[in-house]
This record gives sequence, structure tokens and C-alpha cells, in this order.
Amino acid sequence: MKKTERRTCRLLPPLVLLLLVLFPGNCHAALDDGFAEGIALLASKSFAQKTEGAEKIAGSGDKRTDKVLRAFLDGQLYFTKEGQVLVYGVPGSDGLQVTDALIETPLGIMSADQLNKITINNQLRGQLKTLLARLSLRSADPAVRLAGVREMFADITPETAKVFDDLRQTEKDDRVREALLTALALAGVRSADLAERKKGLVTLAESLDPEVRNELTRLIGEEKDKTLLQEAKRSLGKIEAKLSWYAKLETVFFGLSLGSVLVLAAIGLAITFGVIGVINMAHGELIMIGAYTTYVMQLLLPDALGVALALSVPVAFVVAALVGIAIERSVIRFLYGRPLETLLATFGLSLILQQAVRSIFSPLNRSVATPAWMSGSIAINPVLSLTINRVTIFVFAMLVFAGLFLLLKKSSLGLQVRAVSQNRAMARAMGVRASRVDALTFGLGSGIAGIAGVALSQLTNVGPNLGQSYIVDSFMVVVFGGVGNLWGTLVGGLVLGVANKFLEPWSGAVLAKIVILVFIILFIQKRPQGLFPQRGRAAE
Amino acid sequence: MTHIARILKDDRPGAALLIMLLAASAVVPFCNLALAEGNPLHLPTYSMTLWGKYLCYALLAVSVDLIWGYLGILSLGHGAFFALGGYAMGMYLMRQIGGRGVYGNPVLPDFMVFLNWKELPWFWHGFQWFWFAALMVVAVPSALAFVFGRFAFRSRVTGVYLSIITQALTYALLLAFFRNEMGFGGNNGLTDFKDILGFSLQEDATRAGLFALSALALAAGYLACRLITASRLGMACTAIRDQESRLRFVGYRVENIKLWVFTFSAALAGIAGALYVPQVGIINPTEFSPLNSIEIVIMVAVGGRASLYGAVAGAILVNAAKSWLTVAFPDAWLFGLGALFVFVTLFLPYGVVGLIRKKGKRS
Repeated sequence: MKKTERRTCRLLPPLVLLLLVLFPGNCHAALDDGFAEGIALLASKSFAQKTEGAEKIAGSGDKRTDKVLRAFLDGQLYFTKEGQVLVYGVPGSDGLQVTDALIETPLGIMSADQLNKITINNQLRGQLKTLLARLSLRSADPAVRLAGVREMFADITPETAKVFDDLRQTEKDDRVREALLTALALAGVRSADLAERKKGLVTLAESLDPEVRNELTRLIGEEKDKTLLQEAKRSLGKIEAKLSWYAKLETVFFGLSLGSVLVLAAIGLAITFGVIGVINMAHGELIMIGAYTTYVMQLLLPDALGVALALSVPVAFVVAALVGIAIERSVIRFLYGRPLETLLATFGLSLILQQAVRSIFSPLNRSVATPAWMSGSIAINPVLSLTINRVTIFVFAMLVFAGLFLLLKKSSLGLQVRAVSQNRAMARAMGVRASRVDALTFGLGSGIAGIAGVALSQLTNVGPNLGQSYIVDSFMVVVFGGVGNLWGTLVGGLVLGVANKFLEPWSGAVLAKIVILVFIILFIQKRPQGLFPQRGRAAE
Repeated sequence: MTHIARILKDDRPGAALLIMLLAASAVVPFCNLALAEGNPLHLPTYSMTLWGKYLCYALLAVSVDLIWGYLGILSLGHGAFFALGGYAMGMYLMRQIGGRGVYGNPVLPDFMVFLNWKELPWFWHGFQWFWFAALMVVAVPSALAFVFGRFAFRSRVTGVYLSIITQALTYALLLAFFRNEMGFGGNNGLTDFKDILGFSLQEDATRAGLFALSALALAAGYLACRLITASRLGMACTAIRDQESRLRFVGYRVENIKLWVFTFSAALAGIAGALYVPQVGIINPTEFSPLNSIEIVIMVAVGGRASLYGAVAGAILVNAAKSWLTVAFPDAWLFGLGALFVFVTLFLPYGVVGLIRKKGKRS
């Protein structure tokens, strides 16, 4: 009983659709009447009449159709008590913002008791959704058409398949055509005819759409034919294998994303720690300064968040580098050759910087806005989509790495830095001003930390404790990769990120981190110099 | 006895410290218990407990100074041993609550009832006995230090690397103890203690006893460390600190010396933690945080490394400054503390003690 009921429900709207498709936009006047008639029916108390009204509106081809039906679905469609005018009512702070639905002119603010809401129930809601999906099939925008087809996947039957077949003939967009093919195959699988079912199954074997998976599961439960059952099972197996492959790919992506954050946070440390042998416990606070710079830049340019973010990169670099140079000149330069003392002094500095931020910006977290071009995601297929901000940060981390690498290998500053780190006395004898190089190197490392802060501001909240949460991780990455080796930091960070994400599903996030820490502790026992040890004299 | 007397003769500040501690262990409880509230010499329980806390930190600082000042191992994870000792004591105190908890379960601590656990995890057995808990206070930190040290020292992880993996150790433990599934009360830790060995923790007398015990433990710990540093073992330690490879070439088993002294130091830290917990009334995972461990190192640095009594002075100075600044300037205390660290490392490489010593020499 229930099933036949569903059938008729499925049947009715497609017939309307059939009309829409077969007679697109002809005899406007007559259809316009349909719109008016439909609206008149909406005033009725009976839901059956309202349904009829909605269908009339949908069939009218009127420009306002989509908007009216959507407002109806959202419960924002009203009749005014005076004059029975159809209006949209958007809830505001002091009543409803009312707009005439027919002539689309604002009518100002009204209170709720001046209006009659057009009520809606669940059944009607479902029908409205289907109607809207059907309407969208005619949209000029391929993305809307695609969403429309997807929406219909659950409802398509062999009887309505003809419509999709017709649509497919005229469809120009590849992705929509593919979705239509899937829809047809779904209809085939639902058909009573064995040959049709077989044909449908063959097409569906490659699809990753969740609806296809549901359908196959249903088919396996109900199918009587042995060979077809086998076939369906194999298809489902294939799809599931593909899904798990994409799930792994997604984990790798998340791992690389986490890894790129680690690399960004650690690479500045790799310079100060690796190249000039200074343990900078205030490194995390330099990252924090970068993040707060982004926050301030967005405060200064509230209308252009994207520009503010882009500008933050150089500004954060300069601010953090200046703070770094100030730290080096005032404290660290007196402590060269005493790494453990440097650790203590910079820890003191980190406390001071944290408190300074707390005093200036308050101890509360600040949120930094994500510009439009960094939000959203790239859908590669129905199960795998990459969030754009993570992709951007990954690319950004790689660019920073490449830039730093080139700077150290190709520029004269890089040459001097390497010379001083390898043999300070000899470098000085050759005329390198070692103390200036120290300050610049420290400034460079600090500046990179500032840039890392800009990136981190897009992922987490900006607060006074931001730096602390990254400092231990950064040290782990540097030590794991091998001190004084940029490649080590890159590989170390990415490996740790990916490993962390692969451990997470079966151990939970916290345990994964513990496992990684224990692994690093054990790893250092085996290879005290990290993944890529320095060779030659510099090693001791 | 004469041996100790001879050592203390060369260590006048140390001898003074020991006398002061012994005196304090008698005088302070007397001032708190026997003198009436109106008496100008009366010591409120609050300050006595506060000082008891300082003394626990001092013992911890002495244990850090032993390995940092004399052996050259900068441990950024000594807070972990302190916290483990504290947890062992906390578990005993939890078991003592018995049926007086909020849920009234005679065996399970409240948080386990809350988590719907049906029986005690295996590692909680035995903690109803004080002797067992006392054993664990020493055994657990030492065992961890022994295993960790055996790996680290044998593969010759030294200097900065060692510091960082000790930090990783305490960080890993911090994360682990935050988990409810670990069975140590998650982020709330262990608290709501009622009594210890049958004495109520709310009683002034019990508090006085704990203070006296802390003072005596610090005295004993100090003496033990002094005995080590004054012995041949102590000379070997100093040699390792200054020229590790040379000592190895001469034929000493450097890693064994390091391992035993490190383990001893961890045990001391555990004892300090065990004395700390009943006085503070709570132990939770934040004790494992890397920042805590760094603060301990700072205490030693402020007091002056490689002198032991300097560590005691540093612990008391830093903690007193912290208590005072947090009350007087709640917003600015981190400025003060941070500035203190920078100032000490830049201008007082031998700490406050070094400053006094230098002045003494000049005059």
C-alpha cells in the first residue's frame, strides 16, 4: 500500500515537469493566469489546495515562481490581512521586513498580527522541494541544473526516465549530462524489466554518488536474479573499494595540510636553532605576533579583508623580524655558545610577549576573517573535496620553503649565514661581519615565524596562547628532521602530519599525538642527529 | 657522622640551611598550633601551608640542580616525575575517601562512578595501603627515569636534544593524563581528599605535620645530594658535565653514572610531588605541562646552579615573588616574572647565590 502511494507521489510532479519540458514558455498569457490562480489557491486552508496552487505556480513559467516557492518553503510567505496582498516577510529586529511578492516593492516593516502566514506541513515541504528541483533543471546555470538532477536521484522511476533522456539530448554541460546518465541508470535499476536492470547496473558500476550506493544496497536486498545479484555485489564492492581509496587520499590531504602548518611553524625555528644554534623559546610568540598582525591589518582595512590578508604577509614578516632583531641585539647576543641559558632567557621573553599581547588585545581570542577567495572547497568527485583554505596554506608553505631555500643557497646573505654557521672564526677572518649576520639570521627566522602566524590565523583562533601550542610541535619537527637542515624540516613536518592523521581514526586525536611523541623520543635514540644528519665537521 | 660533619664544614651555607630547616620543622608548627590567634608570633595555617608548598618546590629544584648543575643534563621534563609522585600520593588519598565521596561508593572514586566504571582498574589496586603508595611514589618516577635514561644515555643523546626529548616526554604524559580513559580523573585530576593515615587534612595539626615533614624531607634530600656531590661520584659527575668524552676515554662508564644520578633525581622529584599534593589538595594533568618544568629550571637558575642551596633559595624566591606579584599586580606579574628570567640569565649567570658569593670575596 505504502509503496503504491509513493509511486503516485513520484508520478505526479514528473508529469508537471513533462509539461514544462515539452512546452517551454509558450503562450505566456495563459500561463500567467496559472501563476495568479495558483496564488489564489494558496490562500486556502486546505493543504491539498495549497499543493495544487504550488504546482500551478510551478507550471506557470513566471519569472517570480522560484522566489515565491522558496519563500513558501522557508515559511516567509504571507498574505496581508488588509487587501490580501501576497508578501515576503523577513524577520528583523523590530518586526517583519515586508516586500510585495508580485510587484517586488518593499512595503516597510509590519508586525506579525498584520499578516497571515501561509502555513506549511511536512508533506507539502517535500513536494515543494521536488518542484524546486524540477524548476532548477531549466535554469541557465549548469551548477543549478546539476544540483537539480542530483536532488531528483531519489525520486526517479522508470516512468519518469523519459524526461531525463530528452533532457540529455539537449544538455551541453558534460557534468550535467553525466548526472543525467546516472539518473537514467538509476531508473533502469528500479525497473521491473531484467534487461533494463542489467543495463542500468553496468552504467552505475563506476559512480561514486551516495544515492547509487543506497540503490545498490537496496537492489542486493531485493534482487531475485542470481547473476544480477552477483553483478550488483561486485559493483558495490568496486564502489566501496574506490570510496576507501578516496578516503585514504583525503587522509593524506589532511595530513599534508597539518604537515604544512607544522613546516611553517618549524621552519623559522630550523633557522634560529639549526643555523645559529639558538634555542628560541619565544618562537611561538613570534608566530602569535604574526597572527595578531593579520588581525590588526583586517581592523585597518575592514572593507577589503582579502587585501588585508595578502598585505599581512609582508607586514607580519617585517614586524616579527624587527621584534626578533630586537631580541637578538638586546638579549641573545650576550648568550652565544650557551644554548641552555638562551633557552631560559627566551622563555622569559615569551612570557613578556604573551603578557604584552594580553594587555594590549585582551586575553580573549580574536577571530580573523577568511576572505571569500579562500573559503569554500574544490569538489573533485562526490566523496572527495578539498577545502580551499587548506590547499592555499599548503601551497603557501611550499612557496615560503622554496623562497627560504633559494635565499640560503643563492643569495650572498645565505652564503654568509652558512659560512658563519660552519666556521665562525674563519668566516670572520674572511671579512664576514659575523654579529651582523647573526642578527639578520635571527631576524629572518623570526620573520618566517610571523608569516606562519598569518597562515595559522586562517585555521585557528588568534589568542595569547597561540604560540605555546605550537612550540613543542615545532621543536619535534626540527629535531626529527635533523638540525641545520631545511629539507629535514620539510620532510619531517610532512611525514609527522600525515602519520598523525593516519593514526587518528583508530586511536583518537590525543592518543595519535602521544604515539607520535613517543615515536620521536625513540627515533632520537636511534638517530640522535635526526632524519638528515649534518655531515663532516659541523656535525660535532 | 663525622663524614657528614666534615662535608658540612666545607658547605657552610648548606649547614646553615639544614639548621634552619630543622628549626623551622619545630618552630613553625609550634607558632601555628601552640600560640593563640591574637599572638603576634602566631602563624596562620594558610601561610604555613604556603611555605610547605615552597619547600616541596625547593626539593624539586634541588633534584634538578643535582643533574643540571653537577651533571650537565638540562631536564625540561622534571615536572613529570614530580607529578607522577603526586599522582601516586593522590591515588592513596582518593582511596582513603572511601564511602564519603559524592556517590558514596566504598571502593570506586567519584570520577569512576561518574564514568560508569564497574570495577577498579588494575593499577589502582594496592593504593589503599599507605606503604604501597609510598613505595610507588619513589618507584614509578624512578622506573620511568631509569627506562628513559637507559635509552637516552646509551645512545648518547646529549645537550639540547636531551632537553627537548625530556620536554616531549612530559608533554606526552600531559596529553595522556588529560584522557578520561587513562583512569586518573581526566582534566579534573584527583581532588576532594579527606584524610591521610587517619588524620583529617582539614586539621591544623595535620597541616603542621605535613609542613614539618616537607622541611625534614628537604633537609634529607639536600644532605643526600650533598653527599653525592662531595663524593667521588660527584667528582665524576662534574667531569662529565665539563668534558664528557674525555671521561669516557679515561675509562668511566659515563652512561651508567648519568643513569643512576638521573634516576635518583627523579625519585627525589617524586617525593617532592607526594608531599606537595596533600598540602595543595589537588593533583591534575597541568602539573605535567612543559611550562611547569621550565619554571623549575628557572628557579634553579635564579638561585644559582651547581650549589644546591642556591636551588632552595631560587625556589623560595621565585615562588614567593609569584605569590606576591599575582596578588599585587595580577595583570603585570608575567612581565615581572619574564623580566626576572631575562635579567638573571644575562646578569647573574650564577644566580642570586653567585652575587652574594662574589660580594663576599671582594670584601
